[in-house]
Amino acid sequence: MKLSRIIANTGEWLTGDGPQRHIVVSSRVRLARNLRNQPFPGWAKKGERIEVMKKILPAVEGLPEMAESFSEGMESLSPLERQVLVERHLISREHAAKGAGSAVVMNPEQTLSVMINEEDHLRIQAILNGLQLEKVYEIISNADAELEEPLDFAFDETLGYLTACPSNVGTGMRASAMLHLPGLVISEQITKIINSVNKIGLVVRGLHGEGTEAMGNLFQISNQTTLGESETQIITRLNKVILQVIEHEQNARMSLVESRPTMLSDQIGRAFGILGHACSMTSKEALNLLSAIKLGADLELFPEKCRHAVDELLIETQPAHLQKGASAPNMDAEERDTLRASLIRSKLSAIPAPDHSRLPKPPTTQIPD
Amino acid sequence: MKCDACSNAEASVFLTKVIDGKMQKVNLCPACAKAKGVADPASFQWGDVLSGIGSSHDLERTQKNLKCEVCGFTQTELKKTARLGCSNCYKVFSDALSGMIKSMHKGTSHIGKCPCHFRAEREKKELLSNLEEELKTAVESENYEQAAKIRDSIRILSSKENPKENQPTPASSFPLPLS
Repeated sequence: MKLSRIIANTGEWLTGDGPQRHIVVSSRVRLARNLRNQPFPGWAKKGERIEVMKKILPAVEGLPEMAESFSEGMESLSPLERQVLVERHLISREHAAKGAGSAVVMNPEQTLSVMINEEDHLRIQAILNGLQLEKVYEIISNADAELEEPLDFAFDETLGYLTACPSNVGTGMRASAMLHLPGLVISEQITKIINSVNKIGLVVRGLHGEGTEAMGNLFQISNQTTLGESETQIITRLNKVILQVIEHEQNARMSLVESRPTMLSDQIGRAFGILGHACSMTSKEALNLLSAIKLGADLELFPEKCRHAVDELLIETQPAHLQKGASAPNMDAEERDTLRASLIRSKLSAIPAPDHSRLPKPPTTQIPD
Repeated sequence: MKCDACSNAEASVFLTKVIDGKMQKVNLCPACAKAKGVADPASFQWGDVLSGIGSSHDLERTQKNLKCEVCGFTQTELKKTARLGCSNCYKVFSDALSGMIKSMHKGTSHIGKCPCHFRAEREKKELLSNLEEELKTAVESENYEQAAKIRDSIRILSSKENPKENQPTPASSFPLPLS
């Protein structure tokens, strides 16, 4: 299947309605696997990488889930196409920089993707919307079980699955959820939450993982360690913590609605105003303002149907998606900012202004005669 | 007290973390603490602080000229990249790695999913150790009839483990060729 056809559809995980959808954007699990006694991609010579890829590719393409898959060597993807895949979290930024000897395979629903010769020979990833880590793990574990038949995975009785970086040995698994936490950010509790999550051996990261900034009030929570705990234990522990964070976020939102409704209305209203009328907008500003609209939709200031438009905009306003949509190969940042603003204006025109009366205390006071 | 990261300067930053009642301590000098972002509690990740610590000591102590016979990866490369060359490297550099792995993870041995063929072997091992435990209790309680039964099961199970030793040699099981 062509990449353009895959990209034309927003992934299942972007549009569906999974559990805890209001706060949890998506759940993701990745497994690192390697072939026994074959040099890891970072140490292998180009010829060796190509050899390994030739062994892995037919096995991955043979997975039942990959019946109508998209499968391509990294060298034949344009920089723009790679960036689109990064923005959809289908490949990592590191993988986007790879050339011949590395490949990506994904199913049309974009729920299962396999990076071949990233840091490890195989990085298998499954992603679903909302909070459903168990189900995501089930999908990925089935794919893993089918791959271990034709491929001889490097496994040690004590250390478990062996990986290029010792920080991934054992399960080779990283499970994560992307959370939208505007309540905790506005009420300035987010640092406290991040610190306490870090203290219990889990990690909070920004939108695009390791070393990225938190934008649009989006945060990724994942496990840090992979050895000494089973997959189920890791997922159960992570789930428990995520549910607690969700509860804190809900409480934060509730107390904001009660104690500072005017401020909330103001932030959402201003975001709506700027998004609806701006003529140039950076992706960072767009993310942050769209986050306010998302919060507004959660608080029912906007009709339910507008949630979908906001989720789509969150993806479509990212640089590579914009450029791809415009089919202009060489846009500069300024041109993109203009295009972004106009895309947002046209999408938002279908959404009515926020209904502030939904918040308990109407923020407008009567002007005395 | 010396810094755990560079083992040169005097440590003045002391970090402690408790997970499930297990305590981990790291002592850092001001320069290393700053380099690892400890000063900014909002951004620092415990794992990033830990990764690499312990490894420098181990790497110094172990042989410098170790080289993986499968992929040619060397101790120097390991120190430089904190990555490995291939799955066999885990055996070659096990001394250097043990400290690193211990400091990075919750435990030192894998629990959880195994490839199918490993699972079968592991289950057999577990079954054997359970039977041996039962045998011990049976003997202790002077239940010899039960003990004999358990002993037989152990024999059958362990003979499956080394099929070549306990099975008749193929030659003798074939009819002799007619002369």
